[in-house]
Amino acid sequence: MPTRAISFRNVFYAYPGNEDYTLNDVSFDVALGSTAVIIGGSGSGKSTILKLVLGLIKPESGIIEVGGVDISRLRESALMPVRAGIGMVFQEGALFDSLSVAENVGFRLREHDKLDDEEFEKSVRRMLGFVELGEFYDRAPSDLSGGQRRRVSVARAMAHSPGLILYDEPTTGLDPITGSTICDLIVKLRDLEGVTSVLVTHQLRDAFQVVQSFVMRKNGEFIYNRIEDVELLVGSDFIVLNEGRIVFSGLQRELFRSDEPYIRKFLDGQKPVSVNRD
Amino acid sequence: MANAGSNWVKERLAALQAFSKLSFDAFASLFSKPRYWRETLEQMDSIGVGSLTIVTLTGLFTGMVLTVQSSATLDAFGARPYVGRMVSLSMLRELGPVLTALMVSGRVGAGMAAELGSMVVTQQIDALRSLGTDPIRKLVAPRMIAGVIMVPVLTVLSNAVGMVGGYLVARFTLRLATSLYWHSALDAMKLPDLFMGLVKPLVFGYIIVAVGCYQGLTTTGGTRGVGESTTQSVVVASVLILVTDYFLNVLILKFVYP
Repeated sequence: MPTRAISFRNVFYAYPGNEDYTLNDVSFDVALGSTAVIIGGSGSGKSTILKLVLGLIKPESGIIEVGGVDISRLRESALMPVRAGIGMVFQEGALFDSLSVAENVGFRLREHDKLDDEEFEKSVRRMLGFVELGEFYDRAPSDLSGGQRRRVSVARAMAHSPGLILYDEPTTGLDPITGSTICDLIVKLRDLEGVTSVLVTHQLRDAFQVVQSFVMRKNGEFIYNRIEDVELLVGSDFIVLNEGRIVFSGLQRELFRSDEPYIRKFLDGQKPVSVNRD
Repeated sequence: MANAGSNWVKERLAALQAFSKLSFDAFASLFSKPRYWRETLEQMDSIGVGSLTIVTLTGLFTGMVLTVQSSATLDAFGARPYVGRMVSLSMLRELGPVLTALMVSGRVGAGMAAELGSMVVTQQIDALRSLGTDPIRKLVAPRMIAGVIMVPVLTVLSNAVGMVGGYLVARFTLRLATSLYWHSALDAMKLPDLFMGLVKPLVFGYIIVAVGCYQGLTTTGGTRGVGESTTQSVVVASVLILVTDYFLNVLILKFVYP
């Protein structure tokens, strides 16, 4: 039984036609049941990590294990069982335009689990209820707002009950209130469904909300609480990327104490600068 | 300069390899489950029924103009009664397959490139793969089957309508007897002509779909890239259709005709 949901060991990756490495000697672990937050500026390689976890692209060198399986060199057909244990929320939702909201959410159930119509509707309605969009069952994705699209995307990612969900900038481009709703969903999935989460974002406010919040169910109501004292926080790791390299890996309190110039700039909300590593 | 040239050759060879692999993977996916029959029927409807108007009009006016043009030449030899033969063989062997393929390429190939290209830039293809579905099996293979079935069907229809168009001009403008036109037209058609008339659109159907899907799935550069892929799919497919047409003519004339 693996204790790590994800393990990267000395991973290098460069996009085709690009001489510079997008990921340069990246190593980190994500423990089962924990939340990993990957932060960094645009183009720092954050989303590339998620694509590698899903096996959508292959590393040039290094080893990537997901659920204890080395996926670094697996063929597409062999990757399918690994992907069955992963849900992914894409940047803009990536909903299928030609399908209704229900068909989007139940895509995997219909394709792989071959549920009959009654079971399909029951499962999809449960997922849509979880993201509080039950009334949008028959609507087309084009009828939804940006925030609603992301919530449907969350419902689609969780529909097959994966043990690991990857979030690629789930709040980017959303207003703070809608962004906060998405963060609450991530917390809800983690605390109530026991899902391991990897959150890629450049919005620290959202990252801190996810890490510092927890939710309980009481009399059918969801009660959200926030731990303000970061010294008490455990179980959530921050990974900071700059130009394809990991410049920090550790807990939130250690992040706050870091004197790494790039991290300081990031935390102070200023424009990130490149770190001279020489 | 030499380096740029060698890079260009490398890129073209890599593209050819990727194109061949896409075709092979789509073909290979037909021999194992899951198969997407509903998507295949939808594509057959989109390619076949959706192209009916454009293909019918193309066939009709090609047959009509062929009759008008050839009658002047035939009259010089007192051969006006043979105009039906001229129209039927030209439509069956050459104009029907090529013009139908070019029209379908402009309508269907471009549409496929735009649709798949949009799916790439909005990460829908990545989403499909992350949900455990093979995009080649679900998106390319159904289009491939629909293309190789419906383009020949459309070509047969275009040929028939073209011959009717030729007849209308022959009957009402050239004052040729109905029986004379149809006897000449139908009598001229031999088995090798029918073979050529069916093999060509089969190959063209494959070219249109394979190029459209390849251009769509290799789209980069956002919405601008989608536009480029769409244009490129029509240009590449049209050129390939004309080049392939020449070589198919040479091969079929050499090996099929007595």
